[in-house]
Amino acid sequence: MDGESSPLDSSSEGTAPATNARESVIAEAVVQIYGDTEIVGARQKGRALAATLGFSSSELTLIATAISELARNIVQYAKQGQIILRLVERGDHRGLMVRAQDQGPGIPDIRRALQGGFSTSRSLGLGLSGVRRLMDEFEIESRVGFGTTVTARKWKR
Amino acid sequence: MNQETRTTFGTSHQMTQPTAELLRQLVAHLRQNRTQLREEWARRITEAKLLTAMTKDEIFAEATSVYDNYVEALETGTFEALQAYARNLSERIIPRGVETHEVVGIVLLLRDVLARSLFAKYQNDFALLNRILDAYEPAANRIANTVAVGFVQERERVIREQQEAIRVLSTPVLQVRERLLILPIIGVIDPQRARQLTEQLLRGIRTNRAKVVVIDITGVPVMDANVANNLVQTVEATRLLGATVIITGLSPEIAQTLVTIGVDLGKMNTVGDLQGGIEEAERLLGYKVVPSGETVDHA
Amino acid sequence: MQVPILKQGPYLIASIQSALSDADLLELRDAIVQQVGTYRSRGVIVDVTALDVMDSFATRTLRDITFMIRLRGAETVIVGIQPDVAFTMVQLGLKLEGVPTALDLEEGIAFLNKKGTSPGKEANSRGR
Repeated sequence: MDGESSPLDSSSEGTAPATNARESVIAEAVVQIYGDTEIVGARQKGRALAATLGFSSSELTLIATAISELARNIVQYAKQGQIILRLVERGDHRGLMVRAQDQGPGIPDIRRALQGGFSTSRSLGLGLSGVRRLMDEFEIESRVGFGTTVTARKWKR
Repeated sequence: MNQETRTTFGTSHQMTQPTAELLRQLVAHLRQNRTQLREEWARRITEAKLLTAMTKDEIFAEATSVYDNYVEALETGTFEALQAYARNLSERIIPRGVETHEVVGIVLLLRDVLARSLFAKYQNDFALLNRILDAYEPAANRIANTVAVGFVQERERVIREQQEAIRVLSTPVLQVRERLLILPIIGVIDPQRARQLTEQLLRGIRTNRAKVVVIDITGVPVMDANVANNLVQTVEATRLLGATVIITGLSPEIAQTLVTIGVDLGKMNTVGDLQGGIEEAERLLGYKVVPSGETVDHA
Repeated sequence: MQVPILKQGPYLIASIQSALSDADLLELRDAIVQQVGTYRSRGVIVDVTALDVMDSFATRTLRDITFMIRLRGAETVIVGIQPDVAFTMVQLGLKLEGVPTALDLEEGIAFLNKKGTSPGKEANSRGR
């Protein structure tokens, strides 16, 4: 299989905005990931940005952890990439968008990657299903030989 | 006076001297006819079956203040006082069960009553009537809007407060003994409330340095897979804080749900009822006397 | 970044002060294992109170520490996991299985004390 992209996955509980509404960017920060030393910085920056929207302490922890995992995936599978952090607005709602992109090997079987959880072995378990659980919206695009882009959003309730 | 107004009338639509003059006339008319206009309004409110939560006297009393504030807003052209009054009025009538459509309804009725009285007064001078209405309409619309918005905002604030109060009351984390917390859950839980419960419990464990938590779900009639998952996660998170969870009041239906989502009930510490759960917790904490010769593995 | 490791009687206490990079975590792991050998410690307490995020790598490393220490006949206990962090961990599916946990330093020491005096005090490889 050349590559797949999974449709927008929205598990909102009625308080998130419609997914087809127009989205505008309030602020943006990009963190280049060259290795594991950038992971902490990326998640701290994400936490700081999200804090300006008034997310609760536990939501901030969720967001920071999700960013950590996404950044870690970049390091582990693509060696390098970027974490793009954006404060976005859609309708009346504001939230944080996290986009992890790389030009790595790509994921051959996205469905399987989304099913797996963490495992003890370092080589298995992308933790993507975990990140998907933590965030409100989750999209992933990947092509073998080209790279992967994971986009996730959390909306302020 | 009519001659003067005609000659000085301009073509601008702003609050010009003529408009101010017209409003002054209008306000004077409304003040002069205060008694009968107010009565007519109160009558129409009752006819329209609005403010049924209030007695006739109360309606009349409120009608009086609304009328006076209305006229004053028309006169001064400023709305701060009206906003403050609208909030104040809302604070008083919301606990009486007055609803938004009623408030909007009575303000529109007043607007109507006053407009009709203007028609009656100026019916012989159509041009003047038009000018008066031109001056009146925007102001009247703004008043209606100010009052309605003020009411809705106050109502939303009250609802938020009530919801918060319910939430706080219905998710108590009780400390009954040192190191022992009880979380009785009552009613149907949605995922958001489940999340709140977990957060409150975990914070409570930290604050009270609890070692054992008894979660009683006797009062939970039904639990879907999502909430059952939340329960399992709560148990796991509690363990990360070094505490043990005992679940009590597990109904056969909920036990079935847990099994369906893959929970090994054998690994979960469950006791039939709350009392039994508390006794088990006390045992784990070492409160009960154990026959000599037996070793007890404390939590 | 160095994590201070203090010796308290038969135990070692490693207090993490701030967010640790992957390399820092591995350094910590190696330092603990080495010092358990040097001091023949019976137990290790890792205090993660200051960690605002525990991701998959941190969790894995803590588990590694626990299992490696057990091979040397000592027990590990992780203390100070924050409520928010615990909540996030379980939602992500990071359970720290097989790793003892306690609320804080005091509870951690009490745990190690009990472990040391109850029957079957030989380190067992079974999870909690």
